[in-house]
Formats: sequence, structure tokens, C-alpha cells
Amino acid sequence: MKLHGRHLLGLDGMPREDIQLILDTAVSFKEVLERPIKKVPPLQGKTIANMFFESSTRTRLSFELAERRLSADVVSFTTAGSSVAKGETLKDTARNIEAMKIDMVVIRHSAPGAAHFLSRVVNANVINAGDGSHEHPTQALLDMFTLREKHGSLDGLRVCIVGDITHSRVARSNIFGLKTMGAEVSVCGPATLIPREIENLGVKVYHRLEDVVQDVDALNVLRIQLERQQRGLFPSLREYHRYFGVTKEKLARATKPITIMHPGPINRDVEISADLADGEHSVILQQVTNGVAVRMAVLYLLGISN
Amino acid sequence: MKRTKLIDAVGFRRTVSRLAHEVLERNKGADNLALVGIRTRGDFLARRLATMIADIEGKNVQVGSLDITLYRDDLRGRLDQPQLKSTEILFDLTDKVVVLVDDVLFTGRTVRAALNALMDIGRPAQIQLLVLVDRGHRELPVKADIVGKNVPTSLKQEIQVLMTEVDGEDAVFLVERDEDARETKEKQP
Repeated sequence: MKLHGRHLLGLDGMPREDIQLILDTAVSFKEVLERPIKKVPPLQGKTIANMFFESSTRTRLSFELAERRLSADVVSFTTAGSSVAKGETLKDTARNIEAMKIDMVVIRHSAPGAAHFLSRVVNANVINAGDGSHEHPTQALLDMFTLREKHGSLDGLRVCIVGDITHSRVARSNIFGLKTMGAEVSVCGPATLIPREIENLGVKVYHRLEDVVQDVDALNVLRIQLERQQRGLFPSLREYHRYFGVTKEKLARATKPITIMHPGPINRDVEISADLADGEHSVILQQVTNGVAVRMAVLYLLGISN
Repeated sequence: MKRTKLIDAVGFRRTVSRLAHEVLERNKGADNLALVGIRTRGDFLARRLATMIADIEGKNVQVGSLDITLYRDDLRGRLDQPQLKSTEILFDLTDKVVVLVDDVLFTGRTVRAALNALMDIGRPAQIQLLVLVDRGHRELPVKADIVGKNVPTSLKQEIQVLMTEVDGEDAVFLVERDEDARETKEKQP
């Protein structure tokens, strides 16, 4: 049982058995996280660098926890206060990290393809923690893990991703992963936030939430990136909430309970109403718990392969 | 490859039955006792022992299963990585007498890993080691407390334990391996 690649750069093209292996392995790590001593030794002696060129709280925390719980040595840096602020290129930063004998690198960067680039210039295993609007594979894996835990199987599961699809790496990774695992995927959002020809990825497109809710098992609600509002892609937050905000009223036509997911951080009462986010069908906090287990699985599977 | 049957289904039952009695004799009953089997076959063995102990003593002992993959010393660089399974010990080990159960005792490395894993889960009052077959060739100072059968082997040989739960039958075989088998063993750190 082994992953096919040395890196985790994205879910596009990742074989089904690899995704399956990661999700199955994460089940074991979830058990570890419930023990009084939440630490196991498989990555003892490995050094992992977390390179976050873009701000992040939960993803970085989640990776760090996962790394420490596998007994790895961890160094982290964020752009502020690092040499990047002094104008060092990604390649030079990477080479320096390599010179310090780092075994694995977790990278978040605003440029799509940054993780791919890094994987070509260093010997370490590279894990993509989000590259621009390209991919965020561990988020999609933890979303799939949470869905599988809640619904038993991903095969035939109907999942709709709601919000700003164009700028979302979470959406893209979810689409690739869920399609590979046999789920039916749709997207819903204003026309300005849905990329043209996205149907080619095999997803259905909706522009009205009310049309989706009858034939869907789960909604993955994306964060409206407030910083993008200046570009005029939607008129106002209030209008966005009125048409695309997930609320009890819009879910009224659903024939059965719909699982609510959100990758965080939430803008309460913008993309989702507060009562639903805290409601009984929300798995938003389970996603966070599962994130550590899934990242442990990824780090473990890549870390023991060399 | 030559296979010799060392224990058949009837013998298997008798051996497990004797082991259950030995556990009870050694611990003067089933009080405060817990069985923890090392996955995969040690786990099934522990469950069978628990059933027998319940029959003999009329008392249920708690059973857990332990996956030691994360504690192995040969985890890295293996071409064939073992599938990680879950540890399921749904009770508190602290202050219990834990009987660690495995099918074959060989180098002792599995037992070392299991001891570390157990210590991370709780602090048992005592840990005893029970194995179905002891085949010798220890690489660590490990000794079983209760043994089903001692089988002197050469490094070219292998002990194969089959259990109904996974293999469809109960039996123990001595398998004569081809020459290259020895190299595989020596490569392990």
C-alpha cells in the first residue's frame, strides 16, 4: 500500500486508489487523536518546513499539529519577517531550505503552480497547502473524509459547491477528488463567479440555490472573499446574501436534511446564516478535527516512502 | 516451497484452551485482566482466549486490538508498506494486568513496538506476553510468559499461522522457503 507520487500537489489526476488509501489511513489517525497521548512516532527524525507565503491560520495550525503528532521536527515561517520580504525568489528560498536538510515542505503561495515549481527544484517531498486559485488538495481530502464519515460512501453522493467558484482552489480540488470517487458534483453561484466551460469538468451548473436543494445530499459553502468585492463581481454583500446565502428559508424545499460544510473562515450571515452554520446538520467543526487526521495521513504516507 | 503442518484444527483448539487455562492459573482468575491482541491474528487469538476464559470462569474479560504499524522500526524505505489499521482499545488500561497476545514470536521487534504503543495508551499494572508459537531468533531481550508451542526453526524457514476468521481454517505450518528469503530478512534494519 503506497501512494503513486512523492508529492501531493493536487487532486487533478490523482488515482482513485491513492485517495482511498489516504482516507482509509486517516481513519486510523483519527483514533490516535482521541487517545490521551495524541502522539505517535513514525516521522521521528524527519524535519518538515511549513512555508506560508500567504496568510493562513487554520491550515497552518492544522499542518503543524499533524506534523508534531507524528513526532516530526517542525520549522515554520510566514512571509512577514522572512527573507521573502527582502526580495528573495522562491527558488532561492527553496534552495536554502534544502541546504538545511529539510525532508518535507508544506507550501502555501498566491501563485498557481508554486508547489509544482518547488517539487521540481528540491529533493524534499512537497505538499501543496494552497496555490493561488489552483488547488488545495488537503482541504478537499478532509471534505471528502467528512462526507464519507457522515454518509458512508462518496459513490453517487450528490454534492453542490456554493459561492465563488472562479477564485476557489477549494472548489477545484473538491471537483477533481469527488468526481474521481464517483460523486455527482454541481456548483451554484452568480454567473460572474462561475468559470466558463466548467461543465467540461463534469459538473452541473446552477444559478439558483432553490433549484439545487431538492437533489443534493451536501452543500459545501465557500467563503465569499470580501477582498474581491471591489472588483464588482457582485453588487453588494447584502444582495449576495439574498440570492446565494444559504439560509433555512432556501433549504425549505429540501426533502431530507442536507449536510452543511464550510472550509472556513465563515462570514456569518453572508454566505451562510449563523443558525445553519451552528445547526445540527453542520459538520463545519468536524471538518476541522478531521483536517488534522487527514494531514497526518498524507504526511505519514509521503514521509515513510523515502 | 515445502509446507509441514505442525498443528491441525483440533490441536489448535486444544492449544488455545490450554493457553486460556494458563492465563487464569498465572493470574489466579480473571479479575483485573485485559487481553490485547496484536493485529491481525493476535487480535483474533485474543478474542478466542476471551471466549474460552468466559466459558471456564464465567467472567468476561475486556479485549482490545493493537495496530503497531506506527511504532515499527522498519517503517521507512520498505517497498511494501503495511496498511495502517486502527487500534481499538475501548477501555482504560491503567492499573490493569494486560496480556499481550500475538501469533508468532520471532525477533522480538513487534513486541518492542507493541510495548511502546501500549505505554502511549495507558499505564498497565503489568504486561504479560502470550504467543501461540515461539520460533526463536530473538534480536531483542524479549521473552514470552505463556507459549503455545516452541518450534526451533532456521532462518530459511517460516511459521505460518492460519485462523478461520481470515484464512478459512485453523492451522500452523512450517514453511521451507527458497534461498533468497534469508536475504530479505537480513535487509531489515
